Amino acid sequence: MSSRRSRSRRPSSSRITDDQIIDLVSKLQALLPEARRRSTDRGSAAKVLQDTCNYIRSLHQEMDGLSERLAELLATTDTTSDQAAIIRSLLM
Amino acid sequence: PSLPTLCNHLSPPSHPSLSPSPPLPPESKPMSAFHFLRALSQINKSTPKSSLLLRSRRIRQAAYVSMACRAGRSRLWSRALLRRLQRRSRLRYLISQRTRAGIAPKRLKVVRPRSGEPSRAEALRRLVPGGPGMDYCSLLDETAHYIQCLSSQVQLMQKVVGSISCETPQP
Repeated sequence: MSSRRSRSRRPSSSRITDDQIIDLVSKLQALLPEARRRSTDRGSAAKVLQDTCNYIRSLHQEMDGLSERLAELLATTDTTSDQAAIIRSLLM
Repeated sequence: PSLPTLCNHLSPPSHPSLSPSPPLPPESKPMSAFHFLRALSQINKSTPKSSLLLRSRRIRQAAYVSMACRAGRSRLWSRALLRRLQRRSRLRYLISQRTRAGIAPKRLKVVRPRSGEPSRAEALRRLVPGGPGMDYCSLLDETAHYIQCLSSQVQLMQKVVGSISCETPQP
């Protein structure tokens, strides 16, 4: 929204921010599922962002699929005994 | 359409109607599972005859709500997500005790490409709740936390599905 481009006019602050960005990008990379294979590849921030976008999309899709599955399962099963069993299994 | 189940689920953790347990840390498994499970059972009880699509949509919404509540209000993405879900379910008056008045109606945030960023940042901004309002550093930081919470929510749901599946003998 604010179109101040003052960041580009101050090279000293952008140097500090670059290191922060590199740290954050590598932190993101470590969270991705293919982190172990790409442990040596640090350079491509664009690739990390691309992988992150794909991963988030796949997580969203998984949540949609799991919600559907839950809706199906809850429709077909007996409610009271299941809830007690689920709660027990999750809390122990 | 009114969503009484979502309404009950959205009560803040300090609500007296909850079980009087001592305040657990937000990452503790039992409490986070409890919120989601309670929403699930409420959805199940209140809409037994509804279509599958409607129930799965409500379950997904409950999942996102419980995920955002678990993250708390200290995160940009969780605040943005709760705001978005609020708007969708039109239950502003329940959660908006702390939010400022004057919610702008239907203001779509245009995701413009910003200078000095990789091109993929735009796509990432669209995926993460509250993305358009963040600078690049915050975006990366929030994304990391968002991914962690998403994957733990997915694991929780997988466990629930697994235990329901084990419970019922498959014909």
